[in-house]
Amino acid sequence: MIRGAVRRLDERTASAPLLRKTLRYVFPDHWSFLLGEVALYAFIVLVATGVYLTLFFDPSTKLVTYHGDYAPLQGQQMTEAYRSVVDISLQVKAGLLIRQTHHWAANIFIAAIVLHLLRIFFTGAFRKPRELTYLIGVLMLFIALVEGYAGYSLADDLLSGMGLAIGYSVAMSIPFVGANLALLIWGGPFPGDESFWPRMYIAHVFIFPILIGLLLGLHLLLVASRHHTQFRERWKTEKAAVGTPLFPGQTPRSLALMSAVASLLFLLGGLVQINPIWLWGPYHVSDGTNGAQPDWYLGWLIGALRLVPGFDLNVGDYTLVPNPFWGGALFPLIVFLFLVSWPFLERRVTDDDAFHNLLDRPRDAPWRTAIGTAFITWVFLIFLAGAADRATVFFGLSYQSEIWAFRILVWVVPLVVLFATKRACEELLRIERTGAVREAAEAEAKAL
Amino acid sequence: MSRFRNWFISAVVLLAGRRAKPGAPQSERILPEGEPRPGSEVLAACLLFGCAFFGAAFVAVYALDRLPWTTQLLGASLGLALACLAAALVVVAKRLVPDEQLEEDYPTAHPAASDSIAQLVQESGDRFTRKRLVVVAAGAATGALSLAAITPALSLGPALDPDVLYRTPWRPGRKLVDERGRPIRADGIEFKTFYTAFPQGAEREELGAPLVVVRLDPGALALPAGRGSWAPEGILAYSKICTHAGCAVALFRTPLFPPAEPKPALVCPCHYSTFDPAAGGAVLFGPAGRPLPQLPLRIGSGGVLEAAGDFSGPVGPSWWGVRMGKPT
Repeated sequence: MIRGAVRRLDERTASAPLLRKTLRYVFPDHWSFLLGEVALYAFIVLVATGVYLTLFFDPSTKLVTYHGDYAPLQGQQMTEAYRSVVDISLQVKAGLLIRQTHHWAANIFIAAIVLHLLRIFFTGAFRKPRELTYLIGVLMLFIALVEGYAGYSLADDLLSGMGLAIGYSVAMSIPFVGANLALLIWGGPFPGDESFWPRMYIAHVFIFPILIGLLLGLHLLLVASRHHTQFRERWKTEKAAVGTPLFPGQTPRSLALMSAVASLLFLLGGLVQINPIWLWGPYHVSDGTNGAQPDWYLGWLIGALRLVPGFDLNVGDYTLVPNPFWGGALFPLIVFLFLVSWPFLERRVTDDDAFHNLLDRPRDAPWRTAIGTAFITWVFLIFLAGAADRATVFFGLSYQSEIWAFRILVWVVPLVVLFATKRACEELLRIERTGAVREAAEAEAKAL
Repeated sequence: MSRFRNWFISAVVLLAGRRAKPGAPQSERILPEGEPRPGSEVLAACLLFGCAFFGAAFVAVYALDRLPWTTQLLGASLGLALACLAAALVVVAKRLVPDEQLEEDYPTAHPAASDSIAQLVQESGDRFTRKRLVVVAAGAATGALSLAAITPALSLGPALDPDVLYRTPWRPGRKLVDERGRPIRADGIEFKTFYTAFPQGAEREELGAPLVVVRLDPGALALPAGRGSWAPEGILAYSKICTHAGCAVALFRTPLFPPAEPKPALVCPCHYSTFDPAAGGAVLFGPAGRPLPQLPLRIGSGGVLEAAGDFSGPVGPSWWGVRMGKPT
């Protein structure tokens, strides 16, 4: 029966040779190679839950008065957008499950991408011939950040409105074209023209997801055409990739991981509350709340915005570069420039033009590992500074002293980490070398 | 009835549970042979039944009305169904499919093919004799077409008219009203508290509209020159929109909240820009680069607060080329 089906398929598509080759394509065995897959499966959950949400969401800023089931909002003025999200959460059966799963999936999607990026970076997997795969991955990370921001902005609750106000201010702060750009995107001064919401909506549900999908396809195509990298082990060489074939070995593993990721996301979506927008209330330009925090993946930006001292670039009576530019635009620009340019910088400095199918362990490249950890420490400390106000609330620390401490620490600690990591890598290598020498000597002694 | 059911169930179990007959001998095995593992097989089947059970439970929870904790039960049932499926697949992967390690050669470079592509492209241009001219012309065409392609984007918003950013609804004589539209009287403004005000009869959902109003001791004021009359009875009005990133300045720190700072201050909860209401909104701390714009007040007929003019500077976040002084 199976034989007949495959033959019929091949007679129509001439695909049997390709299919056979695909089924025997080898996959890596090391667990760290699964991080990218986790991101892929989270993306699938995002698309599936997102499609469901579009069937109920109304991207309109038309003002309505709430008369739904939720008593605390009775009689309040709000936009159709906010009301439809409240209704998805509190009135649509299974709506809250799908909405919360969508939100959790977004958080885990980006977390998986970041961890995947760390694996690629610290093992040197971005080196020739895989620079293009790496660059596409970094680009997807950037789009995923914008996509996530657009997603939680759409709900038009108090937090999303505050987030949009900050985004608008960062757009305005861009040199030369900031005001023009912000007026174009918002269709007028903040909070924008009524066309702004449909614009953000189409970007969130169509433009960005399609971009991510296309880049994802390209990313996987490039991975497959170059094969996976592998750690240096006895039987693994630069010549041939070793691993488990797609079928039958890898298929149940990948399906298991997909089910596990989906399981985790639905458990979180059902059991762990996230972004209860009915508690935040609708956004008005005149409203703000203490303790506002974005989703984790934008925490590094709020930290940067809070850390930068009050300083605009002024000429006479005119402001040229306003403050939000430093933390909100220049800082992420530096981070992404670092990520994008690293493979080329490293190649330039090491003068290494060889193909690399074997991975480094982090210790094998002390400078890369040291610079990478220092860089992460820098970004992470700025991320932590974004939560300094929470430390004030929970531990009673003075906010202003905290900020001053962070302003110093974000420059000092990465330097310490830089040299400590480099030293640690070199020590590990030395221990290995002396161990190897001792073993050789002992073997020789035994032989005598 | 129950006897019939028992027969039915045993028939199903016997039929579905019987061992498959060994197939006809194959030509030559591709996969390595392995021992049957009945224990793992049963475990995988049980896990799949578990998945079926929780999947059905999801449908049941959805169908049953008036169940408490609907979201939690839906999420738990679907999540556990998928967890069972994942576990069954792990058993299949670890115990029931052949464990192979294959080798596949990494692709190598194809210099000959690459060179022939380059040659193909080079030869295709043989008939062009003025290549530079054609390249310039093609560049001009590409540039003009790209420009034409992005031009319609200008319809998206008043991009070329940033002066709209200076507009606010405040005029001399415009009354201050509260959230419900009731005029605010000067004698209703108390010390050590904080009021939000809006322009009467104007759009509220714009950055220029909302105000914070506070009352300080007139003797403690140190307003910039020329603003002596802006704070009748010590009542001060500032734009409620932070000049840093456009959030509402929603915190008022007064000496009620000791002991860190003795001065009253207006604070934005987004990035903690801190402004001094006694000194014309000057920045005390935080990332804001310019003071909070002050609105001149006067007390109109019936003791109602009204604007005596427009703000001391542009409202909300700054942009390239914004004039910090009073907009004209």
